[in-house]
Amino acid sequence: MMSALETNFGQTPSQTVGPYFAYGLTATQYGYDFDQPFDAVLALDGASGERIRLEGRVIDGDGNTVFDALVEISQPDGQGRYPASVDEARAIGFRAFGRCGTGTDAQHRFVFHTVKPGAESPGEAPHVNVIVTMRGLLLHVFTRVYFDDEADANARDPVLASVPAARSPTLIARRVEEGGAVRYRFDIRMQGADETVFFDV
Amino acid sequence: MPNDPTQTALPRLDPRDWDSHPSYLYPGYRSTAKRGPTQPLIPLKASLGELRQPVYGHDCIGEFDHDLTRNARRNGEPLGERMILTGQVLDERRRPVAGTLVEIWQANASGRYVHKVDQHDAPLDPNFLGAGRCMTDSEGRYRFLTIKPGAYPWGNHPNAWRPQHIHVSLFGQHFASRLVTQMYFPGDPLMQYDPMVTGTPEKYRNRLVADFTLDVTEPDYALGYQFDIVLRGADETPFENR
Repeated sequence: MMSALETNFGQTPSQTVGPYFAYGLTATQYGYDFDQPFDAVLALDGASGERIRLEGRVIDGDGNTVFDALVEISQPDGQGRYPASVDEARAIGFRAFGRCGTGTDAQHRFVFHTVKPGAESPGEAPHVNVIVTMRGLLLHVFTRVYFDDEADANARDPVLASVPAARSPTLIARRVEEGGAVRYRFDIRMQGADETVFFDV
Repeated sequence: MPNDPTQTALPRLDPRDWDSHPSYLYPGYRSTAKRGPTQPLIPLKASLGELRQPVYGHDCIGEFDHDLTRNARRNGEPLGERMILTGQVLDERRRPVAGTLVEIWQANASGRYVHKVDQHDAPLDPNFLGAGRCMTDSEGRYRFLTIKPGAYPWGNHPNAWRPQHIHVSLFGQHFASRLVTQMYFPGDPLMQYDPMVTGTPEKYRNRLVADFTLDVTEPDYALGYQFDIVLRGADETPFENR
Protein backbone atom coordinates (compact mmCIF):
# COMPACT_ATOMS: atom_id res chain seq x y z
CA MET A 1 0.00 0.00 0.00
CA MET A 2 1.04 3.57 -0.64
CA SER A 3 3.08 4.85 2.31
CA ALA A 4 0.64 7.62 3.30
CA LEU A 5 -2.17 5.12 3.67
CA GLU A 6 -0.08 2.70 5.71
CA THR A 7 0.06 5.20 8.54
CA ASN A 8 -2.93 7.37 7.70
CA PHE A 9 -5.60 5.14 6.19
CA GLY A 10 -8.92 6.70 5.21
CA GLN A 11 -10.93 8.36 2.49
CA THR A 12 -8.93 10.00 -0.25
CA PRO A 13 -9.66 13.73 -0.11
CA SER A 14 -11.68 15.26 -2.91
CA GLN A 15 -10.11 17.88 -5.19
CA THR A 16 -11.73 20.16 -7.70
CA VAL A 17 -12.52 18.86 -11.18
CA GLY A 18 -10.94 22.11 -12.41
CA PRO A 19 -11.60 23.96 -15.65
CA TYR A 20 -10.12 21.40 -18.04
CA PHE A 21 -12.16 18.23 -17.58
CA ALA A 22 -13.94 18.50 -20.94
CA TYR A 23 -11.59 16.41 -23.08
CA GLY A 24 -11.25 13.81 -20.34
CA LEU A 25 -14.82 13.26 -19.16
CA THR A 26 -17.00 14.69 -21.94
CA ALA A 27 -14.72 14.52 -24.97
CA THR A 28 -17.34 13.79 -27.61
CA GLN A 29 -19.71 16.45 -26.35
CA TYR A 30 -16.97 19.06 -26.61
CA GLY A 31 -15.64 17.87 -29.95
CA TYR A 32 -12.37 16.30 -28.85
CA ASP A 33 -11.03 13.23 -30.57
CA PHE A 34 -11.77 10.78 -27.75
CA ASP A 35 -14.96 9.05 -26.75
CA GLN A 36 -16.86 9.14 -23.49
CA PRO A 37 -18.59 6.36 -21.58
CA PHE A 38 -21.63 8.43 -20.58
CA ASP A 39 -23.42 11.26 -22.31
CA ALA A 40 -26.58 13.31 -22.01
CA VAL A 41 -28.84 10.69 -23.57
CA LEU A 42 -30.34 8.31 -21.01
CA ALA A 43 -33.41 7.18 -22.92
CA LEU A 44 -32.81 5.02 -25.96
CA ASP A 45 -35.39 3.40 -28.24
CA GLY A 46 -38.03 1.62 -26.27
CA ALA A 47 -37.42 3.33 -22.95
CA SER A 48 -40.42 3.18 -20.69
CA GLY A 49 -41.88 6.49 -19.60
CA GLU A 50 -42.73 9.93 -20.87
CA ARG A 51 -39.95 11.42 -22.99
CA ILE A 52 -38.64 14.61 -21.45
CA ARG A 53 -35.76 17.00 -21.66
CA LEU A 54 -34.31 17.90 -18.30
CA GLU A 55 -32.47 21.16 -18.66
CA GLY A 56 -31.23 24.08 -16.65
CA ARG A 57 -28.38 26.31 -15.72
CA VAL A 58 -25.86 26.28 -12.91
CA ILE A 59 -25.72 29.78 -11.43
CA ASP A 60 -22.99 31.21 -9.22
CA GLY A 61 -23.24 33.63 -6.30
CA ASP A 62 -23.09 36.65 -8.62
CA GLY A 63 -26.00 35.36 -10.68
CA ASN A 64 -23.73 34.39 -13.56
CA THR A 65 -24.33 31.18 -15.49
CA VAL A 66 -21.50 28.73 -14.93
CA PHE A 67 -20.05 27.65 -18.27
CA ASP A 68 -17.65 25.03 -16.93
CA ALA A 69 -19.77 22.86 -14.66
CA LEU A 70 -20.17 19.10 -14.96
CA VAL A 71 -23.61 17.71 -14.17
CA GLU A 72 -24.26 14.01 -13.70
CA ILE A 73 -27.66 12.46 -13.11
CA SER A 74 -28.94 9.08 -12.03
CA GLN A 75 -32.59 8.05 -12.21
CA PRO A 76 -34.83 5.05 -12.89
CA ASP A 77 -37.01 4.71 -15.96
CA GLY A 78 -40.73 5.40 -16.06
CA GLN A 79 -41.45 2.19 -14.17
CA GLY A 80 -39.00 2.97 -11.39
CA ARG A 81 -36.43 0.50 -12.71
CA TYR A 82 -32.65 0.77 -12.71
CA PRO A 83 -30.87 -1.57 -15.09
CA ALA A 84 -28.47 -3.80 -13.18
CA SER A 85 -26.18 -4.41 -16.14
CA VAL A 86 -25.26 -3.09 -19.55
CA ASP A 87 -27.27 -5.86 -21.15
CA GLU A 88 -30.33 -4.95 -19.13
CA ALA A 89 -29.87 -1.28 -19.98
CA ARG A 90 -29.84 -2.23 -23.63
CA ALA A 91 -32.89 -4.45 -23.20
CA ILE A 92 -35.02 -1.78 -21.53
CA GLY A 93 -33.55 1.07 -23.61
CA PHE A 94 -32.54 3.02 -20.57
CA ARG A 95 -29.08 3.82 -19.20
CA ALA A 96 -30.15 5.41 -15.90
CA PHE A 97 -27.03 7.61 -15.81
CA GLY A 98 -26.10 10.70 -17.75
CA ARG A 99 -23.30 13.24 -17.90
CA CYS A 100 -23.31 16.70 -19.45
CA GLY A 101 -20.97 19.68 -19.29
CA THR A 102 -22.40 23.20 -19.45
CA GLY A 103 -19.82 24.45 -21.94
CA THR A 104 -21.34 23.53 -25.30
CA ASP A 105 -24.92 24.85 -25.19
CA ALA A 106 -25.30 28.44 -26.41
CA GLN A 107 -27.02 29.35 -23.14
CA HIS A 108 -24.63 27.19 -21.11
CA ARG A 109 -27.39 24.89 -20.01
CA PHE A 110 -27.13 21.22 -19.25
CA VAL A 111 -29.65 19.30 -21.35
CA PHE A 112 -30.49 15.64 -20.71
CA HIS A 113 -32.66 13.51 -22.97
CA THR A 114 -34.44 11.12 -20.68
CA VAL A 115 -37.81 9.95 -19.45
CA LYS A 116 -39.75 11.16 -16.49
CA PRO A 117 -38.77 8.72 -13.74
CA GLY A 118 -41.24 6.53 -11.91
CA ALA A 119 -41.20 6.30 -8.14
CA GLU A 120 -38.52 3.91 -6.90
CA SER A 121 -40.60 2.73 -3.99
CA PRO A 122 -44.04 3.44 -2.59
CA GLY A 123 -44.06 6.64 -0.58
CA GLU A 124 -41.26 8.26 -2.55
CA ALA A 125 -41.97 10.94 -5.12
CA PRO A 126 -40.35 10.54 -8.54
CA HIS A 127 -36.99 12.25 -8.57
CA VAL A 128 -33.61 12.45 -10.27
CA ASN A 129 -30.33 12.29 -8.33
CA VAL A 130 -27.83 14.94 -9.34
CA ILE A 131 -24.10 15.45 -8.85
CA VAL A 132 -22.69 18.88 -9.69
CA THR A 133 -19.02 19.70 -9.80
CA MET A 134 -16.94 22.48 -11.29
CA ARG A 135 -13.87 24.66 -10.95
CA GLY A 136 -14.20 26.33 -7.55
CA LEU A 137 -15.84 23.34 -5.90
CA LEU A 138 -13.29 21.35 -3.97
CA LEU A 139 -15.94 18.72 -3.34
CA HIS A 140 -18.92 17.89 -5.55
CA VAL A 141 -22.47 18.51 -4.35
CA PHE A 142 -25.52 16.25 -4.41
CA THR A 143 -29.02 17.48 -5.07
CA ARG A 144 -32.33 16.10 -6.36
CA VAL A 145 -34.84 17.09 -8.99
CA TYR A 146 -38.52 16.68 -8.17
CA PHE A 147 -41.38 17.52 -10.56
CA ASP A 148 -43.93 20.28 -10.22
CA ASP A 149 -46.76 18.16 -11.63
CA GLU A 150 -46.34 15.61 -8.83
CA ALA A 151 -47.69 17.78 -6.04
CA ASP A 152 -49.43 14.94 -4.20
CA ALA A 153 -46.43 12.62 -4.27
CA ASN A 154 -44.11 15.48 -3.37
CA ALA A 155 -46.26 16.31 -0.36
CA ARG A 156 -45.73 12.77 0.95
CA ASP A 157 -42.03 12.42 0.09
CA PRO A 158 -39.90 11.96 3.24
CA VAL A 159 -36.84 13.66 1.80
CA LEU A 160 -38.76 16.74 0.70
CA ALA A 161 -40.36 16.76 4.12
CA SER A 162 -36.90 16.90 5.71
CA VAL A 163 -36.10 20.12 3.86
CA PRO A 164 -37.11 23.49 5.37
CA ALA A 165 -40.36 24.46 3.64
CA ALA A 166 -38.97 27.76 2.46
CA ARG A 167 -36.16 26.00 0.60
CA SER A 168 -37.95 22.99 -0.89
CA PRO A 169 -39.07 24.91 -4.02
CA THR A 170 -35.39 24.92 -5.07
CA LEU A 171 -35.75 21.17 -5.67
CA ILE A 172 -38.80 21.34 -7.95
CA ALA A 173 -38.43 21.36 -11.73
CA ARG A 174 -40.97 23.28 -13.79
CA ARG A 175 -42.81 21.56 -16.61
CA VAL A 176 -42.92 23.32 -19.98
CA GLU A 177 -44.84 21.87 -22.92
CA GLU A 178 -43.95 23.20 -26.33
CA GLY A 179 -44.80 21.82 -29.75
CA GLY A 180 -45.57 18.40 -28.36
CA ALA A 181 -42.27 18.18 -26.49
CA VAL A 182 -41.97 18.16 -22.72
CA ARG A 183 -39.19 19.95 -20.94
CA TYR A 184 -38.50 20.37 -17.26
CA ARG A 185 -36.52 23.41 -16.21
CA PHE A 186 -34.31 23.07 -13.18
CA ASP A 187 -31.75 25.73 -12.35
CA ILE A 188 -29.09 25.02 -9.74
CA ARG A 189 -28.13 28.02 -7.65
CA MET A 190 -24.88 27.58 -5.77
CA GLN A 191 -25.45 30.54 -3.46
CA GLY A 192 -27.85 33.36 -2.66
CA ALA A 193 -31.32 33.74 -1.18
CA ASP A 194 -32.63 30.83 -3.23
CA GLU A 195 -29.55 28.62 -2.96
CA THR A 196 -30.44 25.10 -4.08
CA VAL A 197 -30.70 22.53 -1.33
CA PHE A 198 -27.67 20.27 -1.35
CA PHE A 199 -27.66 16.99 0.52
CA ASP A 200 -25.19 15.15 2.67
CA VAL A 201 -25.78 11.81 1.01
CA MET B 1 -39.79 -4.83 -11.13
CA PRO B 2 -39.70 -1.66 -9.08
CA ASN B 3 -37.14 -1.76 -6.35
CA ASP B 4 -38.60 -2.39 -2.98
CA PRO B 5 -36.24 -1.55 -0.12
CA THR B 6 -38.16 -3.85 2.20
CA GLN B 7 -37.28 -6.89 0.12
CA THR B 8 -33.51 -6.75 0.16
CA ALA B 9 -30.95 -6.39 2.88
CA LEU B 10 -29.51 -3.12 1.72
CA PRO B 11 -25.95 -2.05 2.18
CA ARG B 12 -25.60 1.09 4.21
CA LEU B 13 -23.01 3.50 2.94
CA ASP B 14 -20.41 4.78 5.34
CA PRO B 15 -20.75 8.53 5.80
CA ARG B 16 -18.55 10.93 4.00
CA ASP B 17 -15.62 11.60 6.31
CA TRP B 18 -15.91 15.35 6.29
CA ASP B 19 -12.63 15.81 8.15
CA SER B 20 -10.72 14.29 5.24
CA HIS B 21 -12.10 16.61 2.58
CA PRO B 22 -11.61 20.28 1.79
CA SER B 23 -14.45 22.61 2.75
CA TYR B 24 -16.61 24.29 0.12
CA LEU B 25 -15.39 27.79 0.87
CA TYR B 26 -11.66 28.34 1.09
CA PRO B 27 -10.45 31.92 0.73
CA GLY B 28 -7.08 30.86 -0.69
CA TYR B 29 -8.83 29.35 -3.72
CA ARG B 30 -10.64 32.34 -5.12
CA SER B 31 -13.16 30.54 -7.29
CA THR B 32 -14.74 28.94 -4.23
CA ALA B 33 -16.08 32.32 -3.06
CA LYS B 34 -18.96 32.47 -5.54
CA ARG B 35 -19.40 28.77 -6.21
CA GLY B 36 -19.26 26.93 -2.90
CA PRO B 37 -22.61 26.40 -1.15
CA THR B 38 -23.12 28.53 1.94
CA GLN B 39 -26.08 26.76 3.54
CA PRO B 40 -25.59 23.62 5.63
CA LEU B 41 -26.15 20.38 3.73
CA ILE B 42 -29.37 18.52 4.52
CA PRO B 43 -28.69 14.98 5.76
CA LEU B 44 -30.12 12.37 3.42
CA LYS B 45 -30.07 8.75 4.41
CA ALA B 46 -28.88 6.94 1.35
CA SER B 47 -31.66 5.06 -0.37
CA LEU B 48 -31.42 2.70 -3.27
CA GLY B 49 -31.08 5.49 -5.77
CA GLU B 50 -28.01 6.83 -4.08
CA LEU B 51 -26.54 3.37 -3.86
CA ARG B 52 -26.67 2.69 -7.56
CA GLN B 53 -23.57 3.26 -9.55
CA PRO B 54 -23.88 3.71 -13.29
CA VAL B 55 -23.70 0.54 -15.33
CA TYR B 56 -21.00 0.24 -17.94
CA GLY B 57 -19.19 -2.60 -19.54
CA HIS B 58 -15.67 -3.35 -20.60
CA ASP B 59 -16.78 -2.34 -24.09
CA CYS B 60 -16.51 1.32 -23.08
CA ILE B 61 -12.75 0.88 -22.69
CA GLY B 62 -10.78 1.05 -25.92
CA GLU B 63 -7.58 -0.90 -26.48
CA PHE B 64 -5.27 2.07 -25.78
CA ASP B 65 -7.48 4.06 -23.43
CA HIS B 66 -5.15 3.21 -20.53
CA ASP B 67 -2.05 4.18 -22.52
CA LEU B 68 -1.82 7.94 -22.95
CA THR B 69 1.52 7.58 -24.72
CA ARG B 70 -0.31 5.82 -27.52
CA ASN B 71 -3.97 6.84 -27.57
CA ALA B 72 -3.47 10.13 -29.41
CA ARG B 73 -0.43 9.56 -31.60
CA ARG B 74 -0.38 11.43 -34.90
CA ASN B 75 3.15 11.18 -36.23
CA GLY B 76 5.28 9.89 -33.39
CA GLU B 77 5.60 9.47 -29.67
CA PRO B 78 4.64 12.20 -27.22
CA LEU B 79 7.51 14.15 -25.64
CA GLY B 80 8.31 13.97 -21.96
CA GLU B 81 9.12 11.54 -19.23
CA ARG B 82 7.19 8.27 -19.54
CA MET B 83 5.60 7.15 -16.31
CA ILE B 84 3.36 4.41 -15.01
CA LEU B 85 0.51 5.37 -12.70
CA THR B 86 -0.93 2.42 -10.87
CA GLY B 87 -2.63 1.65 -7.61
CA GLN B 88 -5.44 -0.05 -5.84
CA VAL B 89 -8.91 1.28 -5.20
CA LEU B 90 -10.15 0.23 -1.77
CA ASP B 91 -13.13 0.99 0.39
CA GLU B 92 -12.80 2.06 3.99
CA ARG B 93 -12.89 -1.54 5.13
CA ARG B 94 -9.82 -2.16 2.98
CA ARG B 95 -11.79 -4.24 0.51
CA PRO B 96 -10.76 -3.88 -3.13
CA VAL B 97 -13.27 -2.10 -5.33
CA ALA B 98 -13.37 -4.18 -8.49
CA GLY B 99 -14.80 -3.06 -11.80
CA THR B 100 -14.78 0.65 -11.08
CA LEU B 101 -14.20 3.06 -13.91
CA VAL B 102 -11.13 5.25 -13.43
CA GLU B 103 -10.91 8.27 -15.71
CA ILE B 104 -7.87 10.57 -15.79
CA TRP B 105 -6.88 13.77 -17.52
CA GLN B 106 -3.77 15.91 -17.29
CA ALA B 107 -1.50 18.51 -18.85
CA ASN B 108 1.29 17.48 -21.21
CA ALA B 109 4.97 17.51 -20.32
CA SER B 110 5.13 21.27 -20.94
CA GLY B 111 2.27 22.01 -18.58
CA ARG B 112 -0.28 22.66 -21.31
CA TYR B 113 -3.77 21.19 -21.52
CA VAL B 114 -5.37 20.33 -24.82
CA HIS B 115 -8.50 22.08 -23.52
CA LYS B 116 -9.54 24.98 -25.74
CA VAL B 117 -9.68 27.48 -22.89
CA ASP B 118 -6.13 26.75 -21.70
CA GLN B 119 -4.15 29.73 -22.99
CA HIS B 120 -0.88 29.01 -21.18
CA ASP B 121 1.99 29.86 -23.51
CA ALA B 122 3.54 26.41 -23.61
CA PRO B 123 3.50 24.09 -26.60
CA LEU B 124 0.84 21.53 -27.31
CA ASP B 125 2.09 18.09 -28.21
CA PRO B 126 0.48 16.78 -31.39
CA ASN B 127 0.91 13.24 -30.11
CA PHE B 128 -0.59 13.69 -26.68
CA LEU B 129 -4.18 14.26 -25.63
CA GLY B 130 -3.81 13.65 -21.91
CA ALA B 131 -7.00 11.68 -21.31
CA GLY B 132 -7.43 8.03 -20.44
CA ARG B 133 -9.62 5.53 -18.71
CA CYS B 134 -9.53 1.99 -17.44
CA MET B 135 -11.41 -0.31 -15.13
CA THR B 136 -10.13 -1.81 -11.91
CA ASP B 137 -9.48 -5.54 -11.91
CA SER B 138 -10.71 -8.07 -9.37
CA GLU B 139 -8.11 -6.78 -6.89
CA GLY B 140 -9.23 -3.20 -7.39
CA ARG B 141 -6.06 -2.38 -9.33
CA TYR B 142 -5.77 0.08 -12.18
CA ARG B 143 -2.80 0.98 -14.36
CA PHE B 144 -2.02 3.78 -16.80
CA LEU B 145 1.00 4.52 -18.92
CA THR B 146 1.41 8.24 -19.49
CA ILE B 147 3.77 11.21 -19.61
CA LYS B 148 4.66 13.10 -16.45
CA PRO B 149 2.64 16.34 -16.58
CA GLY B 150 4.36 19.70 -16.28
CA ALA B 151 3.56 22.42 -13.75
CA TYR B 152 1.73 25.45 -15.09
CA PRO B 153 0.81 28.96 -14.01
CA TRP B 154 -2.75 30.03 -13.23
CA GLY B 155 -4.51 33.22 -12.28
CA ASN B 156 -5.52 32.56 -8.70
CA HIS B 157 -2.92 34.90 -7.19
CA PRO B 158 0.32 36.54 -8.34
CA ASN B 159 2.88 33.99 -9.52
CA ALA B 160 0.54 31.08 -8.85
CA TRP B 161 1.64 27.70 -10.21
CA ARG B 162 -0.17 24.41 -10.00
CA PRO B 163 2.05 21.56 -8.81
CA GLN B 164 2.37 18.70 -11.26
CA HIS B 165 -0.77 16.62 -10.96
CA ILE B 166 -3.11 14.18 -12.65
CA HIS B 167 -6.89 14.48 -12.30
CA VAL B 168 -8.68 11.28 -11.34
CA SER B 169 -12.41 10.53 -11.41
CA LEU B 170 -14.03 7.41 -9.95
CA PHE B 171 -17.45 6.07 -9.08
CA GLY B 172 -16.71 3.18 -6.77
CA GLN B 173 -19.60 0.92 -5.95
CA HIS B 174 -22.22 3.57 -5.37
CA PHE B 175 -23.48 6.79 -6.85
CA ALA B 176 -22.70 8.41 -3.52
CA SER B 177 -19.13 7.10 -3.36
CA ARG B 178 -18.29 9.29 -6.36
CA LEU B 179 -14.85 10.85 -6.05
CA VAL B 180 -13.05 13.41 -8.16
CA THR B 181 -9.54 14.10 -6.96
CA GLN B 182 -6.00 14.89 -8.06
CA MET B 183 -2.79 12.95 -7.46
CA TYR B 184 0.44 14.82 -6.80
CA PHE B 185 4.08 13.81 -7.01
CA PRO B 186 6.33 13.23 -4.00
CA GLY B 187 8.56 16.14 -3.01
CA ASP B 188 6.93 18.72 -5.27
CA PRO B 189 7.90 22.11 -3.78
CA LEU B 190 4.86 23.79 -5.35
CA MET B 191 2.40 21.89 -3.19
CA GLN B 192 2.94 24.14 -0.18
CA TYR B 193 1.78 27.18 -2.19
CA ASP B 194 -1.18 25.53 -3.90
CA PRO B 195 -4.60 26.40 -2.47
CA MET B 196 -6.18 23.16 -3.63
CA VAL B 197 -3.60 21.33 -1.56
CA THR B 198 -3.63 23.74 1.37
CA GLY B 199 -7.44 23.79 1.29
CA THR B 200 -7.26 20.10 2.18
CA PRO B 201 -6.95 19.38 5.90
CA GLU B 202 -3.22 19.16 6.61
CA LYS B 203 -3.40 15.79 8.31
CA TYR B 204 -4.81 14.15 5.19
CA ARG B 205 -2.91 15.90 2.40
CA ASN B 206 -0.41 13.09 2.14
CA ARG B 207 -3.18 10.81 0.87
CA LEU B 208 -3.05 12.86 -2.32
CA VAL B 209 0.64 12.18 -2.91
CA ALA B 210 1.72 9.11 -4.87
CA ASP B 211 4.81 7.10 -3.95
CA PHE B 212 7.63 6.80 -6.41
CA THR B 213 8.59 3.14 -6.43
CA LEU B 214 11.14 1.03 -8.22
CA ASP B 215 8.75 -1.91 -7.88
CA VAL B 216 6.51 -0.30 -10.47
CA THR B 217 9.28 1.32 -12.50
CA GLU B 218 10.05 -0.54 -15.71
CA PRO B 219 13.79 -0.73 -16.44
CA ASP B 220 14.91 1.33 -19.44
CA TYR B 221 11.33 2.41 -20.05
CA ALA B 222 9.21 4.32 -17.52
CA LEU B 223 9.24 5.58 -13.93
CA GLY B 224 6.64 4.05 -11.63
CA TYR B 225 4.25 5.80 -9.26
CA GLN B 226 1.79 4.15 -6.93
CA PHE B 227 -1.40 5.98 -6.00
CA ASP B 228 -3.92 4.06 -3.93
CA ILE B 229 -7.39 5.49 -3.53
CA VAL B 230 -9.85 4.95 -0.68
CA LEU B 231 -13.57 5.40 -1.29
CA ARG B 232 -16.56 5.33 0.97
CA GLY B 233 -17.67 1.77 1.55
CA ALA B 234 -20.80 -0.06 2.55
CA ASP B 235 -21.42 -2.37 5.44
CA GLU B 236 -22.10 -5.40 3.26
CA THR B 237 -21.55 -6.56 -0.25
CA PRO B 238 -23.86 -4.65 -2.54
CA PHE B 239 -25.93 -6.21 -5.26
CA GLU B 240 -24.20 -7.45 -8.36
CA ASN B 241 -23.83 -4.72 -10.88
CA ARG B 242 -22.59 -6.17 -14.10
